[in-house]
Amino acid sequence: MIPTWAQLVYLACAIGFVLALKGLAGPRTARAGNLVGAAAAVVAVVVPFGYLDLDHVPLILAAIALGSLGGVLGARRVQMTQMPQMVALFNGVGGGAAALVALLELEHMGASTAEFDLAATAFTVVVGSVSFAGSVVTFAKLQDLMTSRPIVFAGLPVAFGVALLATIGLAVWVVAEPGVPTGVGLAVLGLLIGVLLVLPVGGADVPIVISLLNAFTGLTVAAGGYVLGNVVLLVAGTLVGAAGTFLTLLMARAMGRSVPNILFGALRGGSTLGAGTASDRPVRSAGPEDVAILLGYAERVIVVPGYGLAVAQAQHTLREIVDVLGERGTRVDYAIHPVAGRMPGHMNVLLAEAQVPYDQLVEMDDINGEFPHTDVVLVVGANDVVNPAARTDPAAPIYGMPILAADQARQVVFLKRSMRPGFAGIDNELLFDPKTTMLFGDAKESLAKLLAALKGL
Amino acid sequence: MSEPVVWLTIFVLSVFVGIEVIAKVSSTLHTPLMSGANAIHGVILLGAVIVTGSTDSTLALVVGLVAIVLAAVNMVGGFVVTDRMLQMFTRGPGARRPRKEAGE
Repeated sequence: MIPTWAQLVYLACAIGFVLALKGLAGPRTARAGNLVGAAAAVVAVVVPFGYLDLDHVPLILAAIALGSLGGVLGARRVQMTQMPQMVALFNGVGGGAAALVALLELEHMGASTAEFDLAATAFTVVVGSVSFAGSVVTFAKLQDLMTSRPIVFAGLPVAFGVALLATIGLAVWVVAEPGVPTGVGLAVLGLLIGVLLVLPVGGADVPIVISLLNAFTGLTVAAGGYVLGNVVLLVAGTLVGAAGTFLTLLMARAMGRSVPNILFGALRGGSTLGAGTASDRPVRSAGPEDVAILLGYAERVIVVPGYGLAVAQAQHTLREIVDVLGERGTRVDYAIHPVAGRMPGHMNVLLAEAQVPYDQLVEMDDINGEFPHTDVVLVVGANDVVNPAARTDPAAPIYGMPILAADQARQVVFLKRSMRPGFAGIDNELLFDPKTTMLFGDAKESLAKLLAALKGL
Repeated sequence: MSEPVVWLTIFVLSVFVGIEVIAKVSSTLHTPLMSGANAIHGVILLGAVIVTGSTDSTLALVVGLVAIVLAAVNMVGGFVVTDRMLQMFTRGPGARRPRKEAGE
């Protein structure tokens, strides 16, 4: 039995986790909330040393130190643009840890163990493994270790179905006759399912799957808490599971997609497989000087920043351009699409890092009405979030996603490296529109030339 | 109440708390939110410590230590990276001056 004092400390830790998520409701309380959560986690981990007579304590402490060091180094070194894959990786190792814990629990279980406990353990092994393998694949996709496009092969739905049935069968076996070898078999099947689940997901949908896998890991931790009889694991895991599921639905809605469509859309054929190659249709391109004139004599300009801007680290140059335009009397705002970047709110993080004033960032719903009165829209490193196909082409993978109405402005200037399609892998009709001007090149170089030309006006 | 029902009650109430708490988060903070929730499930470290500390087979010990390392990466890394993101949203006076002076 867990002594009462320890149970009360666990309760306090659970409250700490609720406060941590609650703090994230606003930028002002977010950081404090996160620190409360971290403190609660540290306390929760220390408690069992107080009431249990644990063996191997030096080894355990060494393992904690090693893992913490790895976590801190990874978290410190990662660039803000790589944040989604870092979250995926951390989530994956968490899922892996939960699966291993459940396997070890299985060792102590026998035929006398309650069936529900065994079922919860089997659940933890499977879903933890799915989360681990799935997260590793999403990491590889986002880190460009493999193509971020959907991977579908002929037998995939069959393989997935067989793996799923085998898993259910094996899980029933584990409940009837608990044993570690069967548990290991479950883990292997879970890994396979994780890979098969994420392979067909591509492009802009990958971050949504990360959020879903995050929810999965939460649920495995909750199930692990039930098995271990530990309330803080149950509450923390359930909180994350519920929050993650809800967040996944919010993200899917922001992109006009449904979760089943994201997961299985590619299996049903064609529609999420966009073009991966550049189109050879004619476009109008211009030099920095021409674009400078366009911008310099405009009254109203809206900037649409995208992931390409952040990758090129060109935010500071862009900010200077906005300053120069402001001095010339032009009204300039940044239009922020909710899924600009690689995750919802990612662009806000990237621009906050670049010290762009918070109040110049205007959310999509607030700025969309202004595009018809806008002289020039400057799209820097974004593509999918201004693609009119989301409104007009039911066959497009992004169909139904709310977009920034850049196509309604009088002029559109795209800063792009090449004509290659964006993250979603589809052509953008707006690029071929007569009112669109392309300025090809690296965003940072192009913006520097543009800035110089503007200053010379 | 029987024990399983107590657990079920805690579970169901936690689901509602989770949804209630998230419903109020603005989309601006969705990325740190995902990362923060991620860090919280790293508390599986607690379970890993308990099972590792009560095992006597060498193989189980090794597996347990691997689980501890993984869980610690998840928990510590998750909180640190979330803090890094949130730091950028703090708008203290002069918070954004140093870089501009550096001419970046």
